[in-house]
Amino acid sequence: MRKLISMLVAAVLTVTSVFALAGCSGAEGGKASDFKVGAIYINSQNDTSGYTYAHHKGITEGMKKAGLDPEKDLFIVDNVPEDKEKVKQAIDQLAGNGCNIIFGISFGYIDAFEEKASEYPDIIFSHATGYKSNDTNFNNYFGRIYQARYLAGIAAGYKSIELGNNNIGYVSAWGTEYAETCSGINAFAMGAMAVNPEATVSVYEISTWGDQEKERQAAELLIDTYGCGVIAQHCDSAQPQIVANEKGVFGCGYNSDMTAEAPNAHLTAPIWNWDVYYATAIKAAMTSPSTFMKDVGNYYEGLNVDMVDVSALSANCTPETAEAINLAKDLMKSGDWDVFSGVKLTFSGAAGSVAVDKADAALVTNDGTEIVAAGGASVDDGVIQGSMNYYVEGVTQVN
Amino acid sequence: MLDVFTLFLFNIIVYNIPLLYGTTGEIMIEKSGSLNLGVEGTMAIGAVVGYLAGAKTDSLLVACLVSFIASGLVGALFSFLTVTLQANQNVTGLTITTFGVAFYYFIGNALSNSAGGWPKLNGTAFDMQSQPIHIPFISDIPFVGKALFSHGILVYVGILIAVLMWFYFNKTVPGLKLRAIGENPAAADSLGVNVTLYKYTHIIIGSGIMGLGGLYMGLNLGGAFEGSNCWINGYGWISIALVIFANWSPAKALLGTLIFGFFNTLRVQNAALAYAFPDALGWLTKIPSHFFSALPFIITLIVLIISSLTSKGRSGEPQAIGRNYYREDR
Repeated sequence: MRKLISMLVAAVLTVTSVFALAGCSGAEGGKASDFKVGAIYINSQNDTSGYTYAHHKGITEGMKKAGLDPEKDLFIVDNVPEDKEKVKQAIDQLAGNGCNIIFGISFGYIDAFEEKASEYPDIIFSHATGYKSNDTNFNNYFGRIYQARYLAGIAAGYKSIELGNNNIGYVSAWGTEYAETCSGINAFAMGAMAVNPEATVSVYEISTWGDQEKERQAAELLIDTYGCGVIAQHCDSAQPQIVANEKGVFGCGYNSDMTAEAPNAHLTAPIWNWDVYYATAIKAAMTSPSTFMKDVGNYYEGLNVDMVDVSALSANCTPETAEAINLAKDLMKSGDWDVFSGVKLTFSGAAGSVAVDKADAALVTNDGTEIVAAGGASVDDGVIQGSMNYYVEGVTQVN
Repeated sequence: MLDVFTLFLFNIIVYNIPLLYGTTGEIMIEKSGSLNLGVEGTMAIGAVVGYLAGAKTDSLLVACLVSFIASGLVGALFSFLTVTLQANQNVTGLTITTFGVAFYYFIGNALSNSAGGWPKLNGTAFDMQSQPIHIPFISDIPFVGKALFSHGILVYVGILIAVLMWFYFNKTVPGLKLRAIGENPAAADSLGVNVTLYKYTHIIIGSGIMGLGGLYMGLNLGGAFEGSNCWINGYGWISIALVIFANWSPAKALLGTLIFGFFNTLRVQNAALAYAFPDALGWLTKIPSHFFSALPFIITLIVLIISSLTSKGRSGEPQAIGRNYYREDR
């Protein structure tokens, strides 16, 4: 008898926890349309912040824009690690569900997507942050987040002038190993220096995309031992901003407006509007799947279509910030100017009369190598996406 | 501003003392002859429940009490299942871990998605780093004073628990009876020790101590709930390994915590140390960061292997550990 009771209690506990962990993908029952969307997530669809959350929000909003109901037409496999076999199983599952387009949000899904794209020619495969594609049904997508980081750099630069502290810290997942991280660092530093030519950026690399404790300790190091007055970040959690808040300094978050987490510290954060891409891709796949690669193709857009932006400026920003950011935004939106070119912007003037000045100046790395000559055009997209492996002047990696 | 070295020592203490709570809590339970693998889950429940109570009342004391009680209840559940109902201890412990961590996510996600959002701490009652306890003279010693003797209250409570527990085990009669139960419950029973009562009491108190450690970990991260990362982050499991590392001694648990903490902090700060002391520690940069990430666990593994090979290394292990005591079996 007592064994039976104990087994029952154990069973109840297990069942409760399994339900709590698994959540339910909301694609059951009801009347669904003919078009179905599949998504493979690295973390849980129930996340309330971070990378998976941003994509899940983008996909559901993009579907609504395309007239689909995420409750019925979206199939999700979540918590899928970057393991080729597991990704392939997830794809098979979504193909079995009858999905017409499958999104994979994590870089490491790349090989499984390539392989399965040829196995299922009728399904469109769309892979974020990757570099592979084919001519018929497999593309990659990403955005010019460096443009948004330049804008955040402007906010940080003004703050550094106000603080009288030119030392800006940057908690980064990786350094020059990934073009994604180092292009972000460079753009941020260039934005800061466009406002405060004396500003320098100290980068602390934590060697992982997300580890709350490491992110926290890196921010502590930058503030306590390097004396940084503003902390920017390229990592998953809000810990660097929370630390900045605790220690009475300022910061720029990433991925979402982190003002809620760090009300006295946060300035603005570079954010993604993934729904812009998801709406575009889903609409194209619904109208003409056979010409998807011609209509959408490999997607790499920025401020011009609002794919990236900065979050609403908090009250912690200095008064000049909004004007300067709008000036820079207009230049990038119109295509007149881009960050990694041989033309440098300089912002001057008090609030109400902020002016921007364009001047030819070479893009030089922090060891003196010239990348773009003065007046030259912006570096090739491929460089920003894949082969940038240097820091610009003013950036130091402290580890 | 702190120099890199002071911050390094400081963080060894701040970020690793939660392990001491988990380890001493588990030692207390194991000394009663029960093996509780539910440390991770117990800590998670204590953390989330205690945090919510603290955020509501803005009182660290309330947070600690509620955390202790919540984890104590988990301990009571474990006791009921394994002591009264004689369920398998390993399975019950694992179930509690699964349940506790899932409970953490369940509560966290539900609140984050609710209208009010995840409750945040207001005020500075919980910001222990900004309110260190100042010990006259000792806290003022250069480097070491800041690094070792100017911490928030939970650091000292953790150390105090370890010291008191050592005293309790070795110098008091109830401690002696407890150890007797862990070694041979039938013999203790025949001498009139209430085995069931002792087991219940110590499992509940041990679990409560773990809960405090969980709460401490949550506060260390500013109480921010991230959908995919639990505050406990595997420290419950490391605590179980540290019990063996410490040879079931609360005093050695402190040593084990600091050794593990040293490598755990090196994992984050190796590059900063190398940058600050290029001549002495510049060689650290030649080692890949992934190796540093693995190092705390490699060290734990090596110590476990060594302690398993030497008979002295496991001399503190209670003989009856993991086996349920059923009086009628005598």
